[in-house]
Amino acid sequence: MLSLVHRTIASLAGRLATLALVLAGLWALWEGYRALWERAGWTKPFPVDSTTMPHLHDIVRRLFEPIREGEPLLARYMLDAALFTAQEAATGFAIGATIGFLLGAAIARFDVLQRGVMPYIVASQTIPILAVAPIVVVGLGNVSIGGWVPKDWMRVAVIAAYLTFFPVTVNTVRGLRSADPAAVELMESYAASEWAVFWKLRVPAAMPFLFSAFKVAATASVVGAVIGELPSSIQSGLGGWIINFNQYYVLEPENLWAVNLVAALLGISFFLVVVGVERLVVRRPPEQLT
Amino acid sequence: MSGPEVVVQARGVSKVFAKGGVTALQDIDLDVARGEFVSLIGPSGCGKSTLLRVIGDLVEPTAGEILVNGKPAHRARLDRDYGIVFQAAVLYDWRTVAKNIALPLELLGWSRARRAERVAEMLELVELEGFERHYPWQLSGGMQQRVSIARALSFSPALLLMDEPFGALDEMTRERLNDELLRIWAETGSTVIFVTHSISEAVYLSTRVVVMSARPGRITTVIPIDLAQPRTFATREDPRFFELVTEVREALHAGGADV
Repeated sequence: MLSLVHRTIASLAGRLATLALVLAGLWALWEGYRALWERAGWTKPFPVDSTTMPHLHDIVRRLFEPIREGEPLLARYMLDAALFTAQEAATGFAIGATIGFLLGAAIARFDVLQRGVMPYIVASQTIPILAVAPIVVVGLGNVSIGGWVPKDWMRVAVIAAYLTFFPVTVNTVRGLRSADPAAVELMESYAASEWAVFWKLRVPAAMPFLFSAFKVAATASVVGAVIGELPSSIQSGLGGWIINFNQYYVLEPENLWAVNLVAALLGISFFLVVVGVERLVVRRPPEQLT
Repeated sequence: MSGPEVVVQARGVSKVFAKGGVTALQDIDLDVARGEFVSLIGPSGCGKSTLLRVIGDLVEPTAGEILVNGKPAHRARLDRDYGIVFQAAVLYDWRTVAKNIALPLELLGWSRARRAERVAEMLELVELEGFERHYPWQLSGGMQQRVSIARALSFSPALLLMDEPFGALDEMTRERLNDELLRIWAETGSTVIFVTHSISEAVYLSTRVVVMSARPGRITTVIPIDLAQPRTFATREDPRFFELVTEVREALHAGGADV
């Protein structure tokens, strides 16, 4: 168990190191591009200056400056906003993953659903999320369930769930059907109940597929939460700040870049949480680890 | 448990696969007594694996009847009378060796303590003590197959069905596992039906060798193996061993097999 924890930590450290390298590479590309275009005076495809491409260190520095004279740091506001959005995204992820798994399990079990339901599930994902978000978040603003009115952030979580469930459904179907036929035959030889086959064989066999889906869904849930905040009057999340900073972009471009950076970091942390849980939960040959 | 009680009775068993109308088995009659080790041997496509699956109620016969301990095969399967070992070990990658062995015990609803006790016994039986916390992919092919045997025997089934269990292993490992299987068979008093395409393996292991021919799959000859028990290294060099190997080979040829 201890060595497992060690290996998990080591692998996470390895991933973080890779991440740092990639970030350094991106920084070099960004600043190199900017320096080259400025020096050469090129204006195609767009003129390069501190409005179109603020220095990355200016963006990061902005985070650690007071938002206005005598007020807390921008990072402080960003942290609160990120936590608010994280709550929406995590709730949406949990709802979406649950619904996605149940749908996938039903489809894997009953072939008729594959033809009857799957096309609509696919169609649901072809509708632009920007068109769905106002309907759910604003349109359902006055819905009450037995006198209980869902809070704004809960409606945003529905958008996050909408983006989450699809990859989980598709991978659940594939994963549950991926069990080795011989392993199924073995279960039959023990006269195992369908329920036992499901929990002791099909679900464990589906785990690698499920976690692939969770990785996609984790980042999608953050995007869904941010987009869900846009059409509503919700100001507490990253989406609210994006709208706000968007309007003052010409004056303070670093602000918008800074909030985007925070949104990206939130997505990455969701992804890393899934990776960490996968390392602890899924036991499989090292050559199959991705 | 006394006397030559019949464990398996196959009566007029035929199997025609709906797809392509292939007659895999035709009019099979076979009795297997308690404690016997019976090998099914024949060219590929002779239906030996199908016969094993029909006995194990994994494939339904088109005609005829299988009785196991006097019960229809379906009832026997529901009563968990079968332990099965396939050519591939079919271990669950996400379970440790101990938990793989305990799988049928979990399905039977055994308590945790009872499972642990039996798993320890089985690990000793297949000489894998110390590997209980390993995962299948950390073991060699031969060790995986021993885990598979331990799993099949863990709940003391009435009948052990083995479908070319050592077919994918190298010759050295195969001979070692042959001896280990014979020791386990002697220790547990199991009844074994063993599918193989190796003549020497069939002769070395069995009390009887059932020779089958292909298209349609039929039993052509049943050859009792009168080599002394227990079988040892000396058995493989016994002139009688070679006589029996020759006898089985000739029976296969007579059945039209290109061996």
